Amino acid sequence: MSLVLDLCLALAVIGVAVWTLAVRGNFPAVIGFVAYGLLLALVWVRLGAVDVALTEAALGAGATGVILLFAVVRLRGGKAEIDAATPSGPQRIAAGLLCAVVGIGLAAAVVTLPEPAPSLAAEAARHLPALGVANPITGVLMAYRGLDTLLEAVVLVFAVLAIWTMAPDRRWGGVPGPVFPVQSSGPLSLLARVLPPIGIVVGIYVAWVGADAPGGKFQGGTILAAMGILAWVAGLWRLPPTSARGLRWAVVAGPLAFIGVGLLGFVIADGFLAYPPSLAKPLILLIEGAMTLSVAAALILMVAGPPEGGGRRAP
Amino acid sequence: MSLFLALFSGITIAVGVVFFIAGTVALLRFPDPLSRLHALTKADSLGLGLIVLGLLPWAGGWLAALKLILVWLLVLLAGATATQMIAERIRRSGPPQ
Repeated sequence: MSLVLDLCLALAVIGVAVWTLAVRGNFPAVIGFVAYGLLLALVWVRLGAVDVALTEAALGAGATGVILLFAVVRLRGGKAEIDAATPSGPQRIAAGLLCAVVGIGLAAAVVTLPEPAPSLAAEAARHLPALGVANPITGVLMAYRGLDTLLEAVVLVFAVLAIWTMAPDRRWGGVPGPVFPVQSSGPLSLLARVLPPIGIVVGIYVAWVGADAPGGKFQGGTILAAMGILAWVAGLWRLPPTSARGLRWAVVAGPLAFIGVGLLGFVIADGFLAYPPSLAKPLILLIEGAMTLSVAAALILMVAGPPEGGGRRAP
Repeated sequence: MSLFLALFSGITIAVGVVFFIAGTVALLRFPDPLSRLHALTKADSLGLGLIVLGLLPWAGGWLAALKLILVWLLVLLAGATATQMIAERIRRSGPPQ
């Protein structure tokens, strides 16, 4: 039974992937991409990696899908420019061949893994009690491989900066993205009023349970960002200008807390990003809390895009 | 008692799946967007409700059961909203062909 289910899932993933590549038009391709992400999340669940499944559904399908949809809407009308920038047939074939070679290489590497596959899972699980976190994924991300996670956190800040630099000079420091009119009635208005109180609790809960169960800062932060975007699109909440100090602090709070705790490791433990066992849990919670805020702020700003309104006066 | 529960769950989940299949068939077969939306949302909302109802006895604790019900309510809310918004766009873009 489960083999049939897995086979159906595998075929559906491949089918949706092929459809997404083959379909004409940007909009259907984005819809295909989102469906592909959701199917991929189901695959991760079947593989027992619920943390990855949550991330894939929240970030891979949800947040990325919204960003792509905004991009499609903004690209409308610029057909000549898009055609000029679209790679030619031979270029596409070359790119496809390169992808096929890399894919076959990766598949060969996975298939030829020794049996049983080399694993540090037992070792990682053995040292988990010293950290005070029960979820092995969080243990690996925050303690054993904390440096990788720190770099991921910093990447978010650079992504926001890269988007902001797209703004023309006179818009610098202005309000990011389009300004939506307030929807005083209608289904979107209702949803934007009813859902955020529930969504904010769920987002904080998902970030909080990351210590003991699947969840964490990226998944919870994405849910919080979705609530902010919902209120923004319905016109109920105005995004602050990018010059607002609070907004900038929200984006860098997580990486700053992370780097701060990392440096603290030189004083209270034996090096950068080292936690003394007695303080591991509170320090990890501090970083996760600040990171949840930063992930939410960064994702909202990525969806909104570069400043389009306000900004400093032209000289 | 557990046999009764198993029977209850089996029947509710099976009926829920039938509703999902009916909704999908309607999506593929119905002629215009509004009737497709109409059929799909109702069938899927009811289907998911029946599946959640069938899973409740096996949730393992009232908290997990509450989460299942919350998931159903959230899907109802999101599904109904999305449907209304799509229908509004269809209505504004002109009369059905």
